[in-house]
Parts: sequence; structure tokens; C-alpha cells
Amino acid sequence: MSETFRPENAEQLRDVLAWAASESKRLEIVGSGSKRALGRPVMADHSVELGALAGISLYEPDELVLSAGPSTPLTEIETVLAEKKQQLEFEPPDYGPVLAAASGAAGGAPDKPNPQSGTLGGVLACNLSGPRRVKGGAARDHFLGFTAVSGHGTIFKSGGRVVKNVTGYDLSKLMAGSWGTLAVTTGVTIKVLPAPEKRRTVLLFGGDPALGGRALSMAMNSPYDVSAAAWLSASLAAQSPVDLVSAQKASVAAVRIEGFGPSVAYRCKVLREQLGALGPTEELHSANSIRFWREIRDVMPFAGPGDDRLIWRISVPPAAGPGIVTALAGEDGADAFLDWGGGLVWLAVPPGADAREEPVRAAVGRAGGHATLFRAPAELRGRVPVFQPQEAAKAALTARIKAAFDPAGILNPGRMYAEF
Amino acid sequence: MKMPEPDKAVLARRPEIAAALAKIVPGDGGVIVDPDELRPYESDGLTAYRQPPMLAVLPETTEQVCSILRYCHENDIKVVPRGSGTSLSGGALPLADGVLLGMSRFNRILEIDYANRCVIAQPGVTNLGITKAVEHEGFYYAPDPSSQIACSIGGNIAENSGGVHCLKYGLTTNNVLGLELVLIDGEIIRVGGKHLDADGYDLLGVLTGSEGLLGVVTEVTVRILRSPETVRAMLAGFPTNEQAGDCVARIIGAGIIPGGMEMMDRLAIRAAEEFAKAGYPLDVEALLIIELDGPEEEVDDLIDRVARIATDTGASTIRVSESDAEREAFWAGRKAAFPAVGRISPDYYCMDGTIPRRRLPDVLRRIRELSEQYGLRVANVFHAGDGNMHPLILYDANVSGELEKAEAFGAEILKLCVEVGGVLTGEHGVGVEKRDLMPEMFSKEDLDQQQRVKCAFDPASLLNPGKMFPELHRCAELGRVHVHRGKLPFPDIPRF
Repeated sequence: MSETFRPENAEQLRDVLAWAASESKRLEIVGSGSKRALGRPVMADHSVELGALAGISLYEPDELVLSAGPSTPLTEIETVLAEKKQQLEFEPPDYGPVLAAASGAAGGAPDKPNPQSGTLGGVLACNLSGPRRVKGGAARDHFLGFTAVSGHGTIFKSGGRVVKNVTGYDLSKLMAGSWGTLAVTTGVTIKVLPAPEKRRTVLLFGGDPALGGRALSMAMNSPYDVSAAAWLSASLAAQSPVDLVSAQKASVAAVRIEGFGPSVAYRCKVLREQLGALGPTEELHSANSIRFWREIRDVMPFAGPGDDRLIWRISVPPAAGPGIVTALAGEDGADAFLDWGGGLVWLAVPPGADAREEPVRAAVGRAGGHATLFRAPAELRGRVPVFQPQEAAKAALTARIKAAFDPAGILNPGRMYAEF
Repeated sequence: MKMPEPDKAVLARRPEIAAALAKIVPGDGGVIVDPDELRPYESDGLTAYRQPPMLAVLPETTEQVCSILRYCHENDIKVVPRGSGTSLSGGALPLADGVLLGMSRFNRILEIDYANRCVIAQPGVTNLGITKAVEHEGFYYAPDPSSQIACSIGGNIAENSGGVHCLKYGLTTNNVLGLELVLIDGEIIRVGGKHLDADGYDLLGVLTGSEGLLGVVTEVTVRILRSPETVRAMLAGFPTNEQAGDCVARIIGAGIIPGGMEMMDRLAIRAAEEFAKAGYPLDVEALLIIELDGPEEEVDDLIDRVARIATDTGASTIRVSESDAEREAFWAGRKAAFPAVGRISPDYYCMDGTIPRRRLPDVLRRIRELSEQYGLRVANVFHAGDGNMHPLILYDANVSGELEKAEAFGAEILKLCVEVGGVLTGEHGVGVEKRDLMPEMFSKEDLDQQQRVKCAFDPASLLNPGKMFPELHRCAELGRVHVHRGKLPFPDIPRF
């Protein structure tokens, strides 16, 4: 019979994992459950809910550091940081609405913080980063240290609470993006940064993906410290809740500038002049800029009610992004937008048994990079490889690393790869 | 420093091994066996430790690296990889029965891709060599360790090198996009590329800073950044360390992350000024160098804000650079701090702990007490923004027992760093130097888990053994699952 364990502290979690390792019981590890629809479906005997391992245990704003239990809601952390004019630089996304949209559930109100937007431990475990990834780095770049219980049923720690630290292997990096398959964190420490005083966005309207790509490239290669650069097809721009974007009935390239007042004003002015050579431009100020980027961050263009298209999340060299859009989107219900200066392609394709895996993987193979089947029914995510298939030597190394942390294979079996 | 006992059987096979490797890397200088020619390899930047290798091999291609490692793996021979040999922790210290694998011939930049803002280089290219290759187009590579003229990008990967600008722009780990790596069994693994966030487990992340224990890097893809339009620096002198520390905290509290923020104490200021004539004030206890970069509008605005904070926290001197030449002069003293200290003392020993920044005044006070106790002077330079300290312990190796005294003093400083919530090493690495201090920071369980990662890459522990871990456990022992069959042993855990 399947049971749900709710350990109240690290020692109880250790006891559960030690027992499971000894008995070969497979466990699903759950924070708030907001990302259950991501990755491959877990094949588990029991589940472990970490809800009790929550709360901020340390926050020192002038040291730029925060420690918390893995189940601390992101909204709680963002609220506490905002009081000190700080933020999570990697701009963690809230995929709740886009993952729920296909099942017909309400899309959520994009302007309001969503209490179901997930936990700190979850966003680190999946290494999810928003548009500021291009400037501020990924979730993994802000993950300084942790304590965890491994699949050996042992409590261990790595890293620390200071940014500059090369003492031993950087296991925080391995934990980030391991989808709970290596160890279960009981406490994490992250780097936080000051929030910008001002934010603005320069928009360029019209043109094909190649022109959009040129605009993003121009901005990213400028000395103006662009904090996000995205491109929306005309059809997706038309659905934007930001009137200045939707009213143009055209594709849009968007470039965000953040920082201190005089600097933001200057950089926007120069960038707008430069992008003006490519087409008509516009500028979004604070509230509209925040709203626009939250849409991009949370993949809201594909979160319309009843949108049941399958979504691929494709990371490629930035200059290759527009070509992928041209090759794979624009026809028969497929659509796409670009984030990360062109390097992140969000591709929606009509539902189908093969999820169009072959053309997607082929395009990624040519460009270099990887593709993740981001939104699909569980049955499809169990059949089509969700993450980029690895060549033999790397797959073998990956399996050895998995075994180094979880030799009995008890943690989130099947979540990343069918082999474990 | 105790290193693994040399294997006599391997030493006896030296001629045969040299011949086998010469087949893999033919031609002059491919394999070095002559004792005089091996001497340059006997130590790295941590010159207190010296040990000539059994022999050195200098491959030119990834295929040769594969063949060398496969041969060593099959013949149970230890391998120590080496870049430029600038490690300050003995990361490239050879082994008497080991092959030194020198990567200096991998010295070409393979591709510069401005559209994707990255450079692909062989690991022997110097850190500065990457910036030099792209600066004419207005780009640069951000991490800038002080050895950047000499240190190799492959070595930077091994050590996760930092530099004065990593407060704002990150360490090596935040600037690497891709690697080609050869495992000890000769397998080639490619990780990442020109795209962001490599797929699968974050191998890039664990390889960066792995000190040559996991594999040999044969190709590196790094991110390059557009150079800022304007860079200006400020010197701010303070009557006390506390005030300087307070100034740093308030700058960050005001939401300003300077490009660089360095601090020096009185002895370091004096030594640097004497050596570099940087124009430092000599009547202060602490000096901050604060660098701001960006568009002119931003830099001017921030210089004003920072100057106000410095004044409010009690700065007795404030100077702002009015030209690039003046800014470089401000830095010249700081960058020359190590050689400058080398002039006022026959030898010095450089430490590298990181502490939570607010503990700085307290830690400096305790270092002063230790300094009196040991009878050795200390000059402090400090990456103030991120809490990374470089106390330089002054000693004379020709005075019997002083090196040991300096080492004991250094160990106490590092224990102090850990005690206040910091770490043993911020950017120099563990190597042999801090290996035996690892248990100060990590429990047996912590170290066991790190070694299990090592086992996943190198189960026979042939790559750079004797570094990082105070004792090596057998992988079979670490991998065992402890079985205690029975009922659920935890009746108290809430279950549903």
C-alpha cells in the first residue's frame, strides 16, 4: 500500500530514506507538488512530502545571503526580500498556470503572486531560471550550499554561506537540476541581490524571426547590460495583456534594461535609437515592463484556457534560435517565442503521438544544445524522452553519479531518465 | 605534508612507461625524463612543496590525452594534470611515481563567436589570452585572477578561479559554457556548448573547481562580455578597519554591487605604496579601492553615492580616478601587494579563507592576536565585497622552524574562518595545502559523499591522488548500501 511520509526534521527524513534504501522502496519526493507535471512521471511505491521543512532560518541583507528550508514557498521568500529591496536574481518562473492550462484549469491571475508557485527547494532542484538568466545567471549560480539526506540515508552538507568558496567539490551545482534524483535537501543557502531601482523595456515591432534575432543580438552585444531579451511572433504578441504590445498586430522584440534611474534612462535612449534603425519602437515603463516579463517568464503565451498544445523548451546558441523558430513553428498550429536573447526557444506544437520529437531533436542536433518536452500528458512523457538523450559515455557517467548518491535508486525513479 | 607512498613496482617500470608514452606523443619534448628538464615541474605556485615527477608528458591532441590516460589506467599509473603551474595550493604538485600530464601545448584559440558571445579555447591558453583575442572588438573575459598573464584557462576550470571582479561578474564557474573532458579510462565527454544550461546533471558545475581529480579538460567554451563604456575607481582611507567594513556593508546595503571592492590593512598599504608608488594615503588603518563600471551616466551617479557613504562612515581620504592611467595606478599597488610584501620579508605565506563579511573586524583583531602569539607579522589584503581574505604571513624560511610556525599560524587563521561561518578556501583551492584541514569544515559523511563523486569519475583514484581529501577510502567500501532489514523503524514520523 502506498504511504505518504511527512518528516518533521532532517533526522526523520534520514530514517525514512535509510529504511527505503534498505528495503528498496522507491520514493517520490514532493515539496509543494507544483512541478509534478514536469519531467518524466515518477514510478514510486511511496511519497515523501517535505512541507514541514520550511521557513527562512537566516537572512542577512548586507551579506546578500539567505538560508531556508526547501519547502519554503517562493512567494514568502520574494516578499521578505522585497522588504529589503532585494530579489532572487535568477527570476524563478511560476509554471503553475501554463502546466495547468492544458487540463482546462483556470490560468491564474498573472499580476498576482501565486501561492502555488512552488518552493525554493523545488526551483533549485529543477534549476529553473527566468529571463534574467542571460545577465544574472541560472538558479544554480546562486545556490551556495545545502544540507541533505542522500539515498544512502546519510545526512551530509556541501558548500557554505559565502559566495567565494572552492572548498571541495561544488555539489550544489550537481544538486541543481538533478530533479530530486540524487539527494533530498533539508536546508539550502542562496545568494540574493539588490533589486533594480528602475526597469524599462524597449520594444521593436515587425519583421520575421531573423530580424527579431538580429535585434536581440544587437542588444545583447551592446555594452548596455541588457537584463532580458525576448521575441514574440505576431500571433503571440496579439494576445499580450500589455496593450502597447498587442495593439501593434506585429511581432515584437523586447529588451529589458534595469538599474539606477539615470543609467536606465540613458541606456534605453541609446538602445531605442539603435533598434529604431530596424523598425518602429516603443518603450514600456515600470508596471507594464514587469507585467510583460512575467508573461515571458511563466510561458503565459501558451497558457490560454484550453491550450492543449505540447510545449518544447529548447536551449540553443542564441544566434540559432530564430532559425529553429522558422524551421519548426509558424504552420499548422505550431507557434514559438524566444527568450534568453534567442537562446531559449519555447515551441508549442499540436497534440500528437510523437510530439514531433524527431524534427525537434534534429534541429537541436544541428544547432547544438538540448530540448526538453516541457508540457505533455503523463503518458507521452513516459514514452517520449523528456530530456535530451545522452551519448553512451555521458549516460554511463550520469548513471555512476546517480549511484554515488543513491545506489539503491530510491529517489524519484524515472523522473529524468528511464534507466533510473 | 604526507603524500601517497610511491609504488616501487611502477618506479621500476619507468623506462618502459617512458617508451610507451613516447609512442603516443612522438617527437622532441613529448616525453621528459631527464632530471634537469623535469625540475621546472617539481612545484607550482606553492613553492614550499617540491617533488619531481616520475616523468612528464606533453600531449598536443585530445586523442593523445585519451591514449595517455587509457594507458595509465590500464597500467595502474597515477597522473597529475598541470596547466601553467600557478596553483597556490599545490594542486599540480607532482608525485614521485606519477606521470605529470602537462597541457601547455594546448595553446590555441579555436573559435571566436561574437554572435553567441563565446570563445572556444584549448585549456593551455592563458586567461588573459582570451581577453586579448577579443578586446579589439570591445569584449573581454570577466574572471581575472591576479596570475592572469600566466595562468591557463584549463587551470582556471580546475580551481574555479576568481579575481577582483568576481563580486559583480562571477567566478569561473559562472562564466563557463562548455567543456570537452577526457576521463581516466580514455572516454571523451562533451558537456554544454554555446548554449546556456547544459543538459542532464550539472557536470560543468562539479568539474569546475574539481582540482584535476575528475578528468582532464581538453577544450573550453567560455562566455565573453562586452566591455563597459566607462570604468572609474575610488580610493577611500579609514582610521579603523571597523569603519571600512561598515562602508562596504552600506554600499551593498544601498543596492550597489561595484565591479571590484578591495581592502588593505596598514602593513599591506605601506608595502604596496613603497613598491608601486600608487599614491596611497599612509596615515590610515584601512584602505578601500572601489571600482564602478558601466555607462558614464551610471558611473558618475554611483561614484557620488559611494563617496557619500564613505564620508558618512568616516573616511579620512577619498580620491576618485580622473583618467584610466590614474585608475590603473590605484590598482597597481593592490595588484603588486604580494610581490611588495615579498620585498619586506624574505618569504610570505598567502592564506585564502572566506568569511561572512560582517565578521571582518573581529577576525582581523584575532589575526593580530595570533600574530603576536606566533611572533610573525601579517599583511592583509581582502576581496572586501565577497569576504575573501588573503592574510600574508611574513616569515623567513632560512630560520629554522619558521616555515612550520607560519603553517601552523595559517592553519589557525583558516580554522578561525570556519569558526565564524566561513570556509577554508575562497579561490586558491584545497590542493595539498589545505587537505588535512578539510575535517575542520566537513564531517566524515560530507567527505565520504564527495569521495563517492570522485569514485564515479575515477574509481581507482589515479587522477591527482593526495590532493583535496585527507584520507582516501576505497570506492567499493563507500558504495556499499547499509542494510538493516526490518519494520519501519520510525513510528513517530507522520504518515498518511
